This record gives sequence, C-alpha cells and structure tokens, in this order.
Amino acid sequence: MTALSSTIARLNKAIGRPAAAVALVLALAACGSSGGSAANSITELDYYTDQQGSAAWQKVLDTCARQTGVTIQRQTVPTDQMLPKILQGASSRSLPNLVFTDNPTVQQIASTGALTPLSDYGIATDSYYDSIVKAGTYQGKVYGLAPGVNGLALLYNKDMLAEAGVEPPRTWDELKAAAAKLTKGQRYGLAFSAIPSEEGTWQFLPFFWSNGADLSTLDSDRAVRALEFVSGLVSAGSASKSVLNWNQNDVADQFVAGNAAMMINGSWNLARLDDEKSLHYGVVPIPTPAAGGEPTVALGGEIGVIPATGQATQQSAAKVLSCLLSPDVMQSWDAGHAYVPSKKDVAEKFGQQHPTMQPFVTEVATARSRSAELGERYPKVSQALATAVQAAITGSQSPEQALRQAQQAGGS
Amino acid sequence: MSRRAAAIAFLLPALLYVLVFFGYPLVYNILMSVRDYSVRSFYTGEAPFVGVANYLAAIGNPVFGKAALNTVWFTVGSIAFQFGIGLALAVFFNGRFLGSATLRALLLLPWLLPLVVSGAVWRWMFDQDHGVLNTALRLVGLPAVPWLTDTGWALPAVILTNIWIGIPFNLVLLHGGLRAIPGSLYEAAALDGANAWQRFRDVTWPLLRPVTWIVLMLGLVYTIKVFDVIMVITGGGPANATQTLTTFSYSLSFHDFAFGQGAAIGNVLILVATGFGFVYLRSAREPLA
Repeated sequence: MTALSSTIARLNKAIGRPAAAVALVLALAACGSSGGSAANSITELDYYTDQQGSAAWQKVLDTCARQTGVTIQRQTVPTDQMLPKILQGASSRSLPNLVFTDNPTVQQIASTGALTPLSDYGIATDSYYDSIVKAGTYQGKVYGLAPGVNGLALLYNKDMLAEAGVEPPRTWDELKAAAAKLTKGQRYGLAFSAIPSEEGTWQFLPFFWSNGADLSTLDSDRAVRALEFVSGLVSAGSASKSVLNWNQNDVADQFVAGNAAMMINGSWNLARLDDEKSLHYGVVPIPTPAAGGEPTVALGGEIGVIPATGQATQQSAAKVLSCLLSPDVMQSWDAGHAYVPSKKDVAEKFGQQHPTMQPFVTEVATARSRSAELGERYPKVSQALATAVQAAITGSQSPEQALRQAQQAGGS
Repeated sequence: MSRRAAAIAFLLPALLYVLVFFGYPLVYNILMSVRDYSVRSFYTGEAPFVGVANYLAAIGNPVFGKAALNTVWFTVGSIAFQFGIGLALAVFFNGRFLGSATLRALLLLPWLLPLVVSGAVWRWMFDQDHGVLNTALRLVGLPAVPWLTDTGWALPAVILTNIWIGIPFNLVLLHGGLRAIPGSLYEAAALDGANAWQRFRDVTWPLLRPVTWIVLMLGLVYTIKVFDVIMVITGGGPANATQTLTTFSYSLSFHDFAFGQGAAIGNVLILVATGFGFVYLRSAREPLA
C-alpha cells in the first residue's frame, strides 16, 4: 500500500488531482477493499513511548480491537518525530488510518486538508470539555477528539513542607515565600521545566494565562509581570538555574531524588511517584496571582484524528476512535496513564474515585487550548515565548526586553 | 561494444546511486528553498514560487547572525583542539610501548558511542548542582561553572563535548599518516643531531601534510553540520546561545513550519561545505602540495 501511495503522489504531480483520485480508488480496490464496506485492519500512530503510557495505551487498543473486530496495527514514534512522520505520510499519501497527535498540532495538520471531519462518521462532540473540542476544531469543523486530557499542577513533598512548617501555597506570594523557605543546602524549593521548546512554553503558560496575559500580545504588562515572577524564583535561588535544561521527566527525577520540595508537573507522572514508597506527595492547583483566583493552565492531551485514506479504512478508524472515546474505555486509559477524562460527567466521577487526580480535574475545567486563539500561528509564537523565558532566566535580557523581542519574532 | 561504452556501463551504477541519493534531495532542497513551502504544501503539493524571499527572510532573522557566528566558533574551536590533541596523541602512540595498542583502542570509544548517548551523558556531567564537573571543581576549591545555564558558557560546553567526540577520528587518521613515514628518515635526522622537536618540525610535520589536509577538510565538513550533539545537550538554548546554522535550520522547519526558510539555510550550509569539499579534492589530487 505504501509503495502504491508514493506512486500516487508521483501520479499526482504528473497527471493532476482528479486522475490521481481515480488512481487512488483503483489502488484501494487493488488492496482488496472497496468503498462502503469497512476494512478489517487499520494502522494507528501514537507517541506513547514511555513504558507505562505505552502499556496502558496497548491495553485500550486491544479492548477496542476486540469490541470492533478491527485489527489495529500500532506504530509508535518519539514525540519529536511525530510531526515529521505525519508530513512525510501526507506528502506520499501514506498516512496511518488513525493518528493520535499532540493537541496544539491538530490545526496545523488539519490545514493541509489531509484530515476528515468527525461529522462524516456521526461522532458527537457534546458533553466534552469546550477546550478540547476547540483544540480539535479548524475553520469551524471538528477534526478530532481526545480520550483523555491533562494539565499541570503543583506537586509538593508533604514531609518537607511539614518539617519546614509550610502550607501548600495558593497564591504567587505564598509560592515565592514557600519556595524560599524550603530551599536548603542541596535542595531547592521549586523545580519546573524551561527548555527551549513546546515543553517550556507549556510550563510557563499557567503563570502567563492566570495573570490575564494573552498570546496575541506577548509583551503586555501582565505578561511581563508573569515572567518577572517566574524568573524571579530562579534569581532568588529558590529554583535551580538548571530548569533551563530540564524537561519534565528530569523535573520529576529531581523531585523524587529530594532535590526539590515542590514541582510543577503533569498528572501522567503520578504513577511513577506512587512507586516511590518513601515519598509522600500532595497535589494542589497551580498558585494564582491573587487569593481566590482560578488558575488557567494549558490543555494537554493527544487528539485522535482520521486522515483521508479511503472510505473503508476511514470507517473502521472511526469505529475504533468511537470505542476509545466510550466512557468505560476512556476511564480505563485515563486511570492507566493518570489522564483526566475528556467528558465532563465522566471526569467528575473519576475525580471522586481518584483523590490525587481531583486538582487536575478541577483545573481541566478551566484549561485553555493553546492553539484555539492563534490557530496555525501558534507554533511560531510558542517558540518565541519559550526563548523569551530562557532569556529572562539566564539574565541575558530583562523580562520586558525578552518579551518585546518575542512579540517581534512571533508576530512577524 | 566499444571500450568507451563499456566504461560508461561500469560507471552507470555509481552514477545512478549518486543521482538518486544525492542529486534528488539536493535539487528538491533547492526547489523547496525558492518556494513558500508550508505544512499544507506537503499534502497539496502546492507551494508558490517566491524566488529569494526565503533566503532574505532567513538571513534577516535576528537569530541568523548569532547562529552563523556560533557555527564559526563551534567549527574553529572544535577543529583546533580535536586536531591538536589528536596529533599529540598520535605522536605519543607512534612510539611503541607496552599496552599502546590497547590504549589506542580504548581511545576510540567516544567515536563509537551513539551521539545521543554521549550527549545525554555530557548533559548530566554539566549539570549545575549535581554534575560531576562542578562537583570536582568544588572539591578543589574552585567556583562552580554555569556550563549550560549561562549564555556565555553554553557554547564552550557543547564545543568541549564535540572535541571529546572528535579526538579519536583525528588520532586514527594522523596515526596512520605517521606510520607511513619511513623510520630511516628519523635515523638520518638523529645522526645529524636533531632533537625531538626538530625531528617533529622538519620530518614529521612536512611529511604528514597531505594527511593533515585531509583530516582538516573532512573535520570541517563534519563539524559544520553537527546537529545531534547540540540538540541533545541544549536544544539550541539557553536563549539561542548554542544555535548553529544546522539547529536553526531545523528550528525554522519544525518549530516555525517555515520549510522554505529551513531549506534556504540548509543550502547555505551545503554551499560552504561544498567549498571545503573542493579544497579537499584538490589537496587529495596533489599528494604533496
């Protein structure tokens, strides 16, 4: 089939689209499937490479293979190779039949025209959190949904806070004071990630958005104050300068090793923390600028999309996706990987059953889609913002200068 | 079938290989760089012709100047030390002594390790608070160095890693070159009363020159396109401090989705590397230039 599709790509160039479409239909017929009837085997692509996530995902895929009678050929690539892989598949017309991709990239991929809207398959989008539907929407059409979502929260070491007589912080002032008080010898008060990629942006956005800043104006006063706060934690010595090199796994390592009393991290790390018998941790929502505020975190999670690969495989992929989105399967995956169910009512029940997940469930309700506002422009702005965070933390630029430069770079 | 036709027939497989695996991507990259190539283009195949706009945009990007300068520093710094240390080790191992072959084999290790592994290990060694380098510095009473967390130190840190990776390559080639110098020349020099330094300056260095050329040129071409080492250790950060033309090209393509601009920077690199390649070919043709 792949050999065929690359042939089609060449045909496309040589004979134009309509003829190529005919060739595509012929090719599909040659593959032993015809329009109308469903294919009995589909290909699936995801980036759950970590042991736990991969095992949990395999489990729900197996469940859905059983329920739908469709054989699922799974393929996993590392996160940073996901997009190149999709683009490669798009250009050679050899996209997998079902793809689970990071939610901010969906609009980029949808803009190519390679995806099919969910309305083609009668997959309903009501009862989901607005933010996840928005993340999967391009030009008014919904192209994908996620069986689970996630967000960031503040995780703290109960023993260390008790020993220092510190309450889990709720506001920025409390966080600053707590981080300073908890910093002792080789131990920092707080750990987070500020690497120069999407991960760094994603970790900064909860502070940026909770302070009322906006991605369309990176250098607003509110944005500058958010960056002053975050880089101030490092310059005060309450967080290590190494946050510039730590990805979120490194941050979790630091927390587990006792080198940080608190950390900003996602729910997917909970299982790992639970494995550490001597570690007693608690979870609270990300502290807000003022008391009583609601934090606005960025919405995380992988959205399932169905590329245009021919009616037969599309229908089967839709069946599998519907199964993955059904409440039971959704819950099994979310419990297995510590994600929050993307359906409101399912999530509320889920939070009651899993107390450590409750702060994440609370936050997801107000979480924001990273790409909803900017659409295809998001990746460029995100890159500029991550660079600005780094510049402020290294001290090579003031937060204000750094953000002004980011606004120029991202807005161009 | 004439001899000429036969010669061409023998050349064909190699020619085809070069065309398919080198010619096609090269031409494709050039075409990509003169068109507005977005994510959409991958699927639709439509990418409007924009001439040199991508080149102007990429070169006009504030990061470009920094990346170009970093590339020069990275290349010159890496090559100078790789070559210097490699040559010193090669001369050292040229004298036969017990265990010299074993030691030499051990020194190949950095070359054999996957770059991602070396990069990850060095990243941990450079760690601000718990890295072995800073721990050692503290032990001897020196202040810790902000290897990867300071915009001034990060580039030297990745250069240091790349030097460590590149030494074996220089050592092996130069050692081979030394082996090819007839021992009788050293005996004659010794009879004339030349000391060790004079023997190196007047016998080793001039006779090693062709190999030196080759090592330096290959080193340049390799170093200018180093990508994985930087990506693993700093990702081009902090704040673009270790962004070179290769990582910048990647960032333009896969972070900003400006594939045309990414291709344009790639072509600038190809052009520079080709320049060195021609110098290498010339030097290889005239063995004792």
